Amino acid sequence: MVASSETNAETIATAPAAAPRREVVYRHTIAVRLTHWINALTLVLLLTSGLRLFNYHPALYWGNYGYSGVPSVFSIAALEDIETDEPVGVTNILGHNFITTGVLGVSYDSAGEPVSGAFPRWLMWPDGLDLARDAHFAAAWLLVFNGLVYLLFGLFTGHFRRDLVPEAAELRPRHVLAEIWDHVRLRRARGEAARRYNVLQKLAYVIVIFVLLPVMVLSGLTMSPAVTAAVPFLFDMFAGRQSARTIHFLVANLLVLFVLIHLAQVVVTGMFNNMRSMITGRYAILPEDRR
Amino acid sequence: MSRITRRSLIVGGSAAAATLVSACDQVSVSDVQPLRRILDFGQFMSMHAQRLLLAGQPLVREFTEADISPEFPPNGTERPNGMAYFRHMMSNFADFRLTVDGMVKKPLSFTLDEVRAMPARTQITMHNCDEGWSAIGQWTGVPLGHLLQAAELLPEARYIVFYCMDEMVRTPDNSGFYYESIDLFDALHPQTILAYAMNGKALPVAHGAPLRLRVERHVGYKHAKYVNHIEAVDRLTHIARGKGGFWEDRGYQWYAGL
Repeated sequence: MVASSETNAETIATAPAAAPRREVVYRHTIAVRLTHWINALTLVLLLTSGLRLFNYHPALYWGNYGYSGVPSVFSIAALEDIETDEPVGVTNILGHNFITTGVLGVSYDSAGEPVSGAFPRWLMWPDGLDLARDAHFAAAWLLVFNGLVYLLFGLFTGHFRRDLVPEAAELRPRHVLAEIWDHVRLRRARGEAARRYNVLQKLAYVIVIFVLLPVMVLSGLTMSPAVTAAVPFLFDMFAGRQSARTIHFLVANLLVLFVLIHLAQVVVTGMFNNMRSMITGRYAILPEDRR
Repeated sequence: MSRITRRSLIVGGSAAAATLVSACDQVSVSDVQPLRRILDFGQFMSMHAQRLLLAGQPLVREFTEADISPEFPPNGTERPNGMAYFRHMMSNFADFRLTVDGMVKKPLSFTLDEVRAMPARTQITMHNCDEGWSAIGQWTGVPLGHLLQAAELLPEARYIVFYCMDEMVRTPDNSGFYYESIDLFDALHPQTILAYAMNGKALPVAHGAPLRLRVERHVGYKHAKYVNHIEAVDRLTHIARGKGGFWEDRGYQWYAGL
């Protein structure tokens, strides 16, 4: 939870400069901190086990059916270069081939030997289709339980309304552009503005929490023959079983992109302060700029 | 039998099984067993949540002939090894018998023609391989429930075991034959059939001729092929390595609704 403030964008601009002293506020409630770290753990597990599962059939299709021989929208393969006798990693996106040796298709083990496999071995855990699937579903249930706790908390304490839903003034193009410009210059929020999430942050969190994660869960369930027996509408929602698998993979990539940007922001805006606020809840507000 | 007991039956592994598995699998089972037990809670949750969702026994979506995929990759064995099966192929399964026994009042044995003369169900459904691919095919066969009704299941029966003619690995105790099991919840579902025809033709060898199971709410490995023996049992612990299926004995989940 971001420390509540009635201040809106207009008053920030005219607010008197705060005294140049460091103020420490209580930024994140225990519920947000706990669910955040459980969520982080489940996402890592879901990613590493999910990549392992993908590795068993590294091709994505559109529609209800898809197997080797059906044109794929995305695939990763290891080919043998008969001239050099070396394996070559090839990634195909919508019919276009890219050599991706070293990263996708073929990667190198600790001894420098090429290993074929869709993703590098260090990214995939655990070994084996059976264990990876068990890990994926155990983590998925944890994500769902954790997500429900967070949703209930967010709804009933006003966390969503107060901290995540952007205010109308924040959504004005001028304000959004100004925020983007601040981000490009890696300018950190100070004073009153640092008490709340900025609008880009709010939008990113809202999209991840209310769009991407639900799409992940639903597209994942569309791959279950038991769940689709009960809810066949899932096939229509995702344009087929294989399309759901493709969307599941695509949105997983968006989540990875979000996490990478999120981590970069944590570092850029003060690693120690951010980590402390997500562990103890306490967050130091930088004094207002004197301009 | 309580839920917990059944769970431990599905999860539990004996030391003997562990040594056998580590001989043929890359990952030593003794290393992963505690991890497997922790991770198992996901499948436990999935099974109970899905059984709740499916309490009304809805049918899986059936597709139209236009939706049938141009090809249908075979799962697992594509032709069983050994002369016994080859002789069946040569005689076009004229001497084939399907036996239904175990916890039934009337153990039965049928020729293929007798099975074909029973009430049939035709369904166009999606087949989901646990590796991620899927295909759509049309299946014709006798509802398993019809066979079980004819044999008159005893009230103690809880699982139906399918013994197959394909030997996956040679073992001294003959535990290397493919087999599968489902509980009555799935066995009595109207779309659970023993199929003898695929896409309007006799079931091809690659797809489990002469009879294969279609248990539509599960992924591929539950759909036992080359079935020649069906047994009704009250528990699975005494069969092969005790986990209810060839792959289940080697680490896969017994419940495969995903």
